[in-house]
Amino acid sequence: MILASVLTTNLAILVLAGFIGFVVISKVPNTLHTPLMSGTNAIHGIVLLGGLLLFGLAGLDAFSKALLVIAVAFGTINVVGGFLVTDRMLDMFKSRPKPKSADQEGPDAKPGADGGAGS
Amino acid sequence: MSATPIATSFVQSESFIYVLYIIAFALFIQGLRGLSGPTTAVRGNRIAAVGMGIAVIATLLNPDEGNWGLIALGIALGIAVGVPAARQVKMTAMPQMVALFNGVGGGAVAIISWVEFRSYGSTYGDRTIDIAGATIRLGGGVPTYVAIFSVFAAIVGSVSFWGSNIAFGKLQEILPGRPISLGPAQQIVNLVLLILAVAAGIDLVAGAHSELLFIGMLIVAALLGNAVVLPIGGADMPVVISLLNAFTGLSAAATGMALNNPALIVAGMIVGASGSILTNLMAVAMNRSIPSIVAGGFGGGGAVEGAEGAGAHDGTVRSTSASDAAIQLAYANRVVVVPGYGMAVAQAQHAVRELTKELESRGVEVSYAIHPVAGRMPGHMNVLLAEADVPYDQLKEMDDANPEFQRTDVSLVIGANDVTNPAAKNTPSSPIYGMPILEVADSRSVIVIKRSMNPGFAGIENELYFDPKTSMLFGDAKSAVSEITGELSAL
Repeated sequence: MILASVLTTNLAILVLAGFIGFVVISKVPNTLHTPLMSGTNAIHGIVLLGGLLLFGLAGLDAFSKALLVIAVAFGTINVVGGFLVTDRMLDMFKSRPKPKSADQEGPDAKPGADGGAGS
Repeated sequence: MSATPIATSFVQSESFIYVLYIIAFALFIQGLRGLSGPTTAVRGNRIAAVGMGIAVIATLLNPDEGNWGLIALGIALGIAVGVPAARQVKMTAMPQMVALFNGVGGGAVAIISWVEFRSYGSTYGDRTIDIAGATIRLGGGVPTYVAIFSVFAAIVGSVSFWGSNIAFGKLQEILPGRPISLGPAQQIVNLVLLILAVAAGIDLVAGAHSELLFIGMLIVAALLGNAVVLPIGGADMPVVISLLNAFTGLSAAATGMALNNPALIVAGMIVGASGSILTNLMAVAMNRSIPSIVAGGFGGGGAVEGAEGAGAHDGTVRSTSASDAAIQLAYANRVVVVPGYGMAVAQAQHAVRELTKELESRGVEVSYAIHPVAGRMPGHMNVLLAEADVPYDQLKEMDDANPEFQRTDVSLVIGANDVTNPAAKNTPSSPIYGMPILEVADSRSVIVIKRSMNPGFAGIENELYFDPKTSMLFGDAKSAVSEITGELSAL
C-alpha cells in the first residue's frame, strides 16, 4: 500500500512537471534558445543530488565510493559550469548604456543616400 | 551540534527537507520563466542557480549523510574543472561546451544507477546466500518500479554520455565532421544494440544477480551512443545535442523516481520537456524530421548524391571587389545583414559590428536578419552578435525580417547559404523545399560574402548566387568584412 502511494504520488509529480516544463518553455523567444538550452542543461546537473544521497548509504565499498566521487564531480561540473556559462551568455544581452549620439555624424551623414544601389 | 539538538532535528526532519525541495523546484520554474525575456533572463538564470544551491543544502541536511571528505573531494574536483572551462570558453565554442556539460550529466546519471545497483547487493531481486548447497532467500529485493527506473536511467545516461562526447569531438573538430557510418547496416546495428541493452535491462529488472550483466548493459548503451551520433553530420549536431539534453533530463527524472527525490523528478522532467520542444523547433526550422536526422548520413557537406546534377547550373556569377561593395553599401538607405554559420566560423562578428557602425555613422539604416537556425544552435547567432555589442533591437527574427526585404537596398549575406536559397520556395524537387528561408532575393541588390562556390551543408546549389542582382565577394568572412570597412572609411 505505502509503496504504491509513493509511486503514484511521484508519478503525478512527474507528469505535472512535464506539463509545466512544456508551458514555461513554449513562451521563450527564438533568440534565447541557446541560453535556454544551456540553462536547462545546468538544471539537469541536479543528478548531483543522487550522488550525494548515495554517499549517505551504509556499507559502501571502496569501489562504489570511488564511482560516487566521479559522479559528484561530474554533476558539479554540469551544475557550476552550466550556470556560469549561461550567465556569461546572458550578460551579453543586457542593454548597455550607449552614449553613441556624441560621435554620430549627424544629418550630414546622409549625402547621396537617395542614390540607390549603385555599383 | 549538541548545543541545539531541537533545531538540528527539526532542520534534519524529512518534512523540512521536503519543503526545501519544493522551494528549490519552484525557483527552477520561476527561473525558467525569467528566461523568456532578454531583460529578465539573467535574473532567471540566477534564480535557478539559487534553487540548485538550496536543493544541494537540503540533501546535505539528510541525517544519514556521510563520507563528508569524499563529498568535498567530488565537489572540489567538479568546481576545479567546471569553473575555468565555463569562464574561458569562446562564445563560438558554446555548442560543444553545452555538449560536454550535458555529457558529464549523463555520465553522472549512469554511474549513480550503477552504485545504486551495487548498494542493493548487485541485484534488484531478493538477496540469496548458499549454505550447504541450498539457496536461501534473504529478501530485500527492491520494488519493480525502482528497478525499471534505475535501469532506464543507466541506459539513457550512458547513451547520453557517449553521444555527447562524440558530438563534442565533432564540433571541436577532434573527430571529422562528416558522417562516419557503416552504410545501410548502420540501422540494423543500432537496432541490435538497442535490443541488447533493453534485454539486459529486462533481465536485471527480473532479478538477475550479476554485476557483469549491469556493466555489459552500460557498455552496450555506450556503443549505442557512439553508433547513433557518429553517422550524423556536423551541421545536424545542434539538434542532436538538444535531443541528448532532453534525454539526460529524462534520465535524471528517472533517477529521482528510483531514489524518491522530488527535486530530481521535477527538475529532470522540466528539462526533458523543454529539451524535446527545443529539439522539435530546431528540426522544424531546418525542415528535417528528428528520425531522419538520427538516421544520419545527411549534413556532412555535399554528402547527398542527387546534388551532383545541380552542378550543371549554367547561370553566370558576378563577383565584386571590396571597394565596389563599400560604394554599394555607402549609398544605400537600408542595409540588412544576414549572418550565417560562415560568419561564426570565421569569428567575424566583431568585424561585422565595425562595418555596421561605420554604415550607421553615414546614416544608413542597418538591421540584422536572423534565421532560427543561423549559427550552430537556435539563438547562437544572437549570442555572437550580442557579444560584439550589436543592439538587441537591431536583431530581427525571420518573420519580422522577411516583409522588410522588399524595401531593402542591399542585403549583405555573410557566410549564410541554405537559409537564403530561393529553391526552398520555388523548386519542389529540391531537398530543402519547404524550409522557411530569409527572402533575401526580394531586396534590390544582394552582396554575398563566401569562401568559394562550394555548396552548403545540404549539398545543393544556391540559385541566389546566379541572380543578376547578386554579386559575390569571395574570401574569408572576417578579412572581407574588414576590407569593406577599410574601403568605406576611405570613401
